[in-house]
Amino acid sequence: MLMQANDQNLVALANNGDGEAFGQLVSRHYDRIYNVAFRILGRKSDAEDLTQDVCANLATKMQSFRGDAKFTTWLYRLTTNAALDRLRARASRAKAADGWGAFEVASRQADREQQQELEWLQTAMAQLDPDLRATVALVVSEEMTHAAAGAVLGVSEGTISWRMSKVKEALRDIAKQEEQI
Amino acid sequence: MDDDLKRLKAALSTATPDPDGDAKARAIALAQKNFAKNQGSTSGLRPSHNRPENPAGFLTGVKNMFANFGLRSALLATSSLAVVGLGVMIILPDSGLTPDLGLGTEGRLQDERRKDVDGVVVTTEVVEEAELMLAEPLIEADVSGEQPVVPLAKLSVAEGQQGLASMPVKPSPDDQARLRDMDNERFANEVANPLSITIEDPVSTFSIDVDTASYAFVRTSIMNGFLPPADAVRIEEMVNYFPYDYAPPQPNEAPFSTAVNVFQTPWNPDTKLVHIGIQGEKPAVDDRPPLDLVFLIDTSGSMQDANKLPLLKQSFRLLLSNLRPEDRVAMVTYAGSSGVVLEPTSAENRSEIMAALDRLEAGGSTAGQAGLQQAYAIAERMNGEDRVGRILLATDGDFNVGISDPEALKSYIEDKRDSGTYLSVLGFGRGNYNDALMQALAQNGNGTASYIDTLSEAQKVLVDQVSGALFPIANDVKIQVEFNPAEIAEYRLIGYETRILAREDFNNDAVDAGDIGAGHSVTAIYEVTPVGSPAISSDPLRYQTAENVADSSGEAGFLKLRYKEPDAAVSQLISTPFTLEGTSPSQEAAFAAAIAGFGQLLRDGKYLGNWGFGDAIELAVANKGDDPFGYRAEAVSIMRLAESLSR
Repeated sequence: MLMQANDQNLVALANNGDGEAFGQLVSRHYDRIYNVAFRILGRKSDAEDLTQDVCANLATKMQSFRGDAKFTTWLYRLTTNAALDRLRARASRAKAADGWGAFEVASRQADREQQQELEWLQTAMAQLDPDLRATVALVVSEEMTHAAAGAVLGVSEGTISWRMSKVKEALRDIAKQEEQI
Repeated sequence: MDDDLKRLKAALSTATPDPDGDAKARAIALAQKNFAKNQGSTSGLRPSHNRPENPAGFLTGVKNMFANFGLRSALLATSSLAVVGLGVMIILPDSGLTPDLGLGTEGRLQDERRKDVDGVVVTTEVVEEAELMLAEPLIEADVSGEQPVVPLAKLSVAEGQQGLASMPVKPSPDDQARLRDMDNERFANEVANPLSITIEDPVSTFSIDVDTASYAFVRTSIMNGFLPPADAVRIEEMVNYFPYDYAPPQPNEAPFSTAVNVFQTPWNPDTKLVHIGIQGEKPAVDDRPPLDLVFLIDTSGSMQDANKLPLLKQSFRLLLSNLRPEDRVAMVTYAGSSGVVLEPTSAENRSEIMAALDRLEAGGSTAGQAGLQQAYAIAERMNGEDRVGRILLATDGDFNVGISDPEALKSYIEDKRDSGTYLSVLGFGRGNYNDALMQALAQNGNGTASYIDTLSEAQKVLVDQVSGALFPIANDVKIQVEFNPAEIAEYRLIGYETRILAREDFNNDAVDAGDIGAGHSVTAIYEVTPVGSPAISSDPLRYQTAENVADSSGEAGFLKLRYKEPDAAVSQLISTPFTLEGTSPSQEAAFAAAIAGFGQLLRDGKYLGNWGFGDAIELAVANKGDDPFGYRAEAVSIMRLAESLSR
């Protein structure tokens, strides 16, 4: 029964007071929120804090979700906004190199090759400003179209395309520097 | 997608750690709790912001809430909070009824209160929620135009029950184990030692413990406004935190003195405390052997908090100022990849060492094992005639790269211990603190585990008691006490739960035990119930009597100690009988008893009767003694704080 329900039905049930539907909705999307948060923030503890914050406020925020967008789009917006706010707050407090600069390499079994990739990633993410990181999290990791990512971040499709070209440029720069060494 | 982006996608996917199951469960429970709250009031009465404007404050509140639960109950609560919404749903239709769950509505959640009511796991929290819900009017009101209309709970009883039936209400044992494993702060402890009946089990054996980490941890908890989780309290570490002025050993005898002091138990007029005080000799500070110190420093990202790496740097600066020119220091960091940041350097070159210390920055993950291997390699290289080698591992607790198996790490350290390099652990910070691993490392590395929460604690551990922390005088010190059933009916060792040894291990020199450093004092306390005392809790046996085994020596027990001289493989034995003679405790013993009582109050006060924090404070104040460093005065203020918190 409820197991097969789509987001839309669960949202309707939850907004109707159905706690079980709401619980399913949160469990179903927790990992998604966390992944996006981590890719923007670069630190597990921050990502977990933020995800908890988003979850804690979801019940209240959902009352203003009108169903005119996909639930996931709306949830991505909620998450990226919160993550970007946090990143900016942090940047104003500490030096900008924070976050992905102090990024935790997660995989315990990382072999040498993986380790190199992770170092490369760290260098790359440290060079991207918060908006570019959010764009990468959505377009690259979540494989969203530029139009959909634009809808989440509240900018036009063109802006996303332009940001992606900046990301590629940054990656090319790093490759060049690596060659020089 | 072009190649760079593909590479980026793959790397991002590898880099993202799996979400922590516990954090997830907590977040979902919180979401559902807030959801249930929202259903309880009309949204018109409580418009969209039902949280403080400051999100940081909100998060902190949530964190404190969980911190306050204590570990085990937090886990129980996460599972039970998940059913809050449902519990409410069921109760709503019968709004005239107050749920009779047999629970009070107030009381600390620290108590592990749970009851099964129709299969629902409930804690006090649930009851409060439920009553709150009942108290609020169930008006189906239209709300302000800006807010979307949110229909209120309109569930029938049947729907509620359906919901309940399809929801896993009780966490399975597997779930609980998983949650426990994933909790971020981990403590090593065992259940409190039970009362032993002398005639059945006359021998008690344990290893000494000179660690102090538990006291510092308890102090930080209380200073932050909550009582520590019971598992964080190791009573012997609290007692041994304080220096005691026991009589020093005579020259040319054993490297430590042993004294037994028997007096009436402060919390029970019908029992006695057997207080065993051990005092290590203090080698003259001037002729101590030169030291080779390897600082192994965790510089992972989590160490950047002010109470971690910055405090660590300050602490090591304190230590440096107390080293001699002939001492040497090396520094290894571990984070992402481990590396030697300072080759062995004579303590004369202070500026060089300071500069290396200043360059340390937090960032990256924790390649603990690689770091440890490097540190041992350097220590072995530095090893020389008549020098003492020690690794000082400073961390907030996690070795998340390289090893996943603490057992493998332990055996590695055990192997290395025999090479003559000691390992001590300095713990920093909260949140991640892995007390269990720190304990295991220090115990297996023949070192001590200390928890550094303030600069003054660093002063105590690294300066005031540096000789004890760095220079061992006796290794593998074990204590065995045989009680005489003709004199003592029951006994109980206070603390040392994690240090209990099997009876036969006492004489087995291969079994590792704790070490005593120069000037260390170690205290162990038994509570004993003399034969004929009204406090005896177990009835006499019908078919066996104490007279069968009695002797008339009048001795209450026989104390045996085994220890090894540093670098010796064969142990030596000291033994002494003791009687129940003696009435008033020495000031030092009475203070130790006050702390032991305090520790039991924090853990499990079932043997204390009506004796409370007030009595512990009174006893401690009366026996504060000289207290040159102010440790005891501080303890009294901690006890006062705990008293207020416990109300």
